[in-house]
Amino acid sequence: MEVALAGLIGVFFAVAVYLLLSRSIIRMLLGVVVLGNAVNLMIFTVGRLTVEIPPIVPAGDYLPLEGSANPLPQALILTAIVIGFALFAFLLVLGYRAYQELDADNTDTMRLAEPPEAPRPPLSY
Amino acid sequence: MNTVIFRTVAPGIAALMLVFSVFVLLRGHNEPGGGFIGGLIGASGLAVYGIACGVREARKAMVVHPITIAGFGVFIAAISGLLPLFAEVPFLTGLWWIFELEGREIALSTPLIFDIGVYAAVVGAVSTIALTLESDEEHF
Amino acid sequence: MESPYQSLDLPPAMIATATAIDDWVVVWPVALSLLGAGLLVMLRRHRDMQLAFAVAIILAIVVSNVTLVLRVLETGPVAMTMGKWLPPFGITFGADMTSALFSLAASAAALFVAFYAQGEIDAREHRFGFYPMLLLLLCGVCGSFLTGDIFNLYVWFEVMLISSFGLLILGGRKVQLDGAVKYGFLNLLATAFFLATVAYLYGVTGTLNFADLVAKADTIPLGIMLTLAALFLFAFGVKAAAFPANAWLPASYHTPAVSVSAVFGGLLTKVGAYAIIRVLMFVLPEGRAALEPVIAVIAVATLLLGPIGALAQTNIRRAIGFLVIGGIGALFAGLSLGSMHGIGGAVFYGVHSILTITALYLAAGLVEKMSGTTEIRLMGGIYAANSLLSAVFIFLVFTISGLPPFLGFWPKLLLVEGGVRAGDWFIVSGLLLNSFITLIATSRIWLHVFWRNGPEGERSEQRNTMLRALSGAENRFGLPSVVVLAGLIAALGLFPDWLFNASGMAGFDMLDPSRYIAAVFVEVAQP
Repeated sequence: MEVALAGLIGVFFAVAVYLLLSRSIIRMLLGVVVLGNAVNLMIFTVGRLTVEIPPIVPAGDYLPLEGSANPLPQALILTAIVIGFALFAFLLVLGYRAYQELDADNTDTMRLAEPPEAPRPPLSY
Repeated sequence: MNTVIFRTVAPGIAALMLVFSVFVLLRGHNEPGGGFIGGLIGASGLAVYGIACGVREARKAMVVHPITIAGFGVFIAAISGLLPLFAEVPFLTGLWWIFELEGREIALSTPLIFDIGVYAAVVGAVSTIALTLESDEEHF
Repeated sequence: MESPYQSLDLPPAMIATATAIDDWVVVWPVALSLLGAGLLVMLRRHRDMQLAFAVAIILAIVVSNVTLVLRVLETGPVAMTMGKWLPPFGITFGADMTSALFSLAASAAALFVAFYAQGEIDAREHRFGFYPMLLLLLCGVCGSFLTGDIFNLYVWFEVMLISSFGLLILGGRKVQLDGAVKYGFLNLLATAFFLATVAYLYGVTGTLNFADLVAKADTIPLGIMLTLAALFLFAFGVKAAAFPANAWLPASYHTPAVSVSAVFGGLLTKVGAYAIIRVLMFVLPEGRAALEPVIAVIAVATLLLGPIGALAQTNIRRAIGFLVIGGIGALFAGLSLGSMHGIGGAVFYGVHSILTITALYLAAGLVEKMSGTTEIRLMGGIYAANSLLSAVFIFLVFTISGLPPFLGFWPKLLLVEGGVRAGDWFIVSGLLLNSFITLIATSRIWLHVFWRNGPEGERSEQRNTMLRALSGAENRFGLPSVVVLAGLIAALGLFPDWLFNASGMAGFDMLDPSRYIAAVFVEVAQP
């Protein structure tokens, strides 16, 4: 099971990197989403997968049952999902605003902060 | 979206969702629920109200600005973390006050205060986003 | 009826002894800034109260950081685990000298920025929450420095990232949106890779607590260790804007308000550099040793690229952005040496860089206000108009270039001494060349902006008529904070003894984690 998930994570990473290498912001946004999912899935997988024993401590006991699922990766993923969602929402709005204001979806033409014909450095000391 | 049926029913739905969100918030400590998901339900209630009756009406109904609610939530959560200072235990430790009221036990705790903070922060932040997206203009 | 709460007793995984109130000193910086951010959001409409509250809260954070430094100087690392859990369960906050010094310098820089901003931020930016976001940023920065848990480090990175997004687009000019797109995507990519590496580390060791990781990292096979170290190097390298992942910094740092540039340039990249020292030096020393040649090349390339880039720039804040990158090179040089001198020097350099870069940005902001342009070619003649600002700026030029007896000289001395002792002439020549080119680049900026009478090409006898005097608010808030910050830097440069002691201690605890581990696991020792 871990091997299958590892393969899936690999595919996700490949797709994410491919999309992020694009010049178009909308594709890069999709790449960010896929990348976030790849990472979350990875945290899930490295916590080791087990079958059908929920990580609940039985009444009167201090420890969960032997072989129960690892609850920590789920907590980590929940945190990562919430944070990733917030950042993605911000980037989405930013990309939209940039499209409206700069009239560009192509990062090659977004050169406002670094003008392509910048003045040459002063030659005198 | 703006049909008569929806506009008539929406205030009721919104009110129900808000009450339910508080219920989810309060049962959260020992059973499924909690501040985060309660906050999401509450914010969706406000968003429904905003869709039906307009953003201006929704903002008027909220009285305080949603961002202020979010700030209040962060503030309350931080306070709940600092309360253990007086009990000589580390930051964010849960403190419990259990007392009886008419034969039932009532448990108040710093995790509950923290959860209320999370609830307020989520309601504030998510409804800010929702109302801003609905209104299509800049309000702050 | 049996009460469900009566059976509630302490599980064995909880700390039984009382926590001293003094130990709270590691939590105060984060707790106070979070509290302050919430409070200021609520008071968003009261513009007159924002500055007073923000300065009061940041002052309290500075005071608690000073207490923390003194405490660490006296008794060694301090740690506290949240929610009474016995480490390695629960989230630990721990501070050794490195964390404490960085946190103190960051909060001090933020204090001056908060005061400066009152002379710059307009009513609309106030309403959009400049001060709450500044406090949230400080919360993320201090949290990153003080946390003792690697996943928690990720969370603080994101707190920092999201408040920096808000600050970066504050005002919403087109050029800011352009800069924010580049900043946003690359930083998000870096944190995603950081999180992926944390996942690997967790998969291999099964723990996230720094102190616990140190013990378990010994068992990691070299191949996996190398992968982990290289991935951390990549992720934090992007965050720290080290060569070759530095392109986002000069593309974005000059776009927002000057106060925002200053706090970004001073604090954000240092967090990445701190994280790489903490992870590679403290947690995975074998990985660092295996990657040493790579780190050395990155360090020297960054050391040289920074000032050369500054030499080529005509936009004053972009030029300073390249100087930020040069400073990161010095921190990487210390990491590459990996000795007491190297790490101590890197920590010392970090403190110097946080304060000096902030001051440089703030001073450059006043220059931009006076001359009404960002182009160095069009500036000139400020010496005649404002000699105090000129004196402060030339002082900062000497400090950033590392001339004695200013603050920048001492950490460079430590680093060079470390390099000479190790016989690492590659690093030593990189450090010295960096100082030399920085001096050329910055003194040329000073000559052009202050000493020359007018814009390039004008006859030199004519006075620059485009200059305006500083406005009332800039004179009341902007200039005093620059002058006082420069005074602080000068005082630290003239009396560097305690910083030498403190950074020596920082290097010692970074190389030998036993005192830190003892502080975190204080409860485990008892039966």
